Amino acid sequence: MFRLVGARTINTQWRLGVMARFFGLLLWHSGSSFRRLRLTLREIYFSGVLSLTIILISGLFVGMVLGLQGYETLQRYGSEEVLGTLVALSLVRELGPVLAGLLFASRAGSAVTAEIGLMKATEQLAAMDMMAVDPVARVVAPRFWGGVISMPILALLFSAMGVFGGYLVGVVMIGIDSGSFWSQMQASVDFRNDIVNGVIKSVVFGVAVSLVAVFEGFDTDGTAEGVSRATTRTVVTSSLAILGLDFILTSFMFRG
Amino acid sequence: MNRTTIDLWVGIFVTLGALALVFLALKVGNLSGGQIRSPYSLTANFDNIGGLKARAPVKSAGVVVGRIQEIHLDKQHYQAVVTIQMDGRYTFPKDTFATINTSGLLGEQYIGLEPGGDPDDLKPGDVIKKTQSAVVLEKLISQFMFSKAAEGPATK
Repeated sequence: MFRLVGARTINTQWRLGVMARFFGLLLWHSGSSFRRLRLTLREIYFSGVLSLTIILISGLFVGMVLGLQGYETLQRYGSEEVLGTLVALSLVRELGPVLAGLLFASRAGSAVTAEIGLMKATEQLAAMDMMAVDPVARVVAPRFWGGVISMPILALLFSAMGVFGGYLVGVVMIGIDSGSFWSQMQASVDFRNDIVNGVIKSVVFGVAVSLVAVFEGFDTDGTAEGVSRATTRTVVTSSLAILGLDFILTSFMFRG
Repeated sequence: MNRTTIDLWVGIFVTLGALALVFLALKVGNLSGGQIRSPYSLTANFDNIGGLKARAPVKSAGVVVGRIQEIHLDKQHYQAVVTIQMDGRYTFPKDTFATINTSGLLGEQYIGLEPGGDPDDLKPGDVIKKTQSAVVLEKLISQFMFSKAAEGPATK
């Protein structure tokens, strides 16, 4: 039993080390993904633009649910006007980056893993190596940077959509005064402390999700089963990474 | 998928993201109105600040004229020293009176400034001398109860 624990520990450590070296290699080769911007743009299209629908719709519904639930609780204390504050702060600080990150991991991260994994299984990566095209620079780096660039944009859109959803439910449906909804929100949301910190969070999540996705894809066994296992692992690992990182970042950012 | 379509969609995507940031900054975060122009700082000492927090507003006649920058304890006199960033457009007389008020019954606390009649104005870095502490509800209640208890038997 102890042997099993030991083996697991060593294995995890080893994988972390490989991942860190892979990250270094990726950063080393990422110059080309900006010199050949076309490749990165393509990846922004695939992981960012095609995720728009799910992000916008989820943002709208999360905001609407926040509006309803927040109203239910706040009206007991006779302070419905702070609904705007509640919706905006919870979206901008937490729900926007985290939920957008989770959706991004399952929508785009898994697709990137499957794509790279399949390229490896069909030996396209090996073929590239033979033609003296570095697969890390040609395949991995653009996908990584595409994800890193898309993620904050998606999180911002999620938050904006959520605030709009909260407005729809709070002001249009329930009938809270529109002026106090916005003014209470503006009085308590700070650009530097809330919005910029939210953006920083989403950039960190973007790096984490994209790194996990490309690494798992690059690291698959070249079989159908291996690709499917890697895809699952991407979603699980990056979701856990998002939640863990979120706790760490929050405890640094919003301590006082 | 040809190149120009991808370019178009990425362009739309990035523009939407920028618009969302502008929306959050202006409409939600009020970046435009929250900034204090050419600020100068004042300090005020209070015996008790209650629940006053940094970044709380400083108001005069209900208008926001500054924000609290920092609060710390003076080790010699055991008083709270509150540093205020005042809007450069407003100046106040030297004998301005600073009180800690609460907006609404449960609202956040802020500093209210009531101007006096001194011809000289407060200069950057000056100390507001006349201050009134926050009202502590427990003290108020106990005062009320003791005074009731003291007068109770006499009126009977």
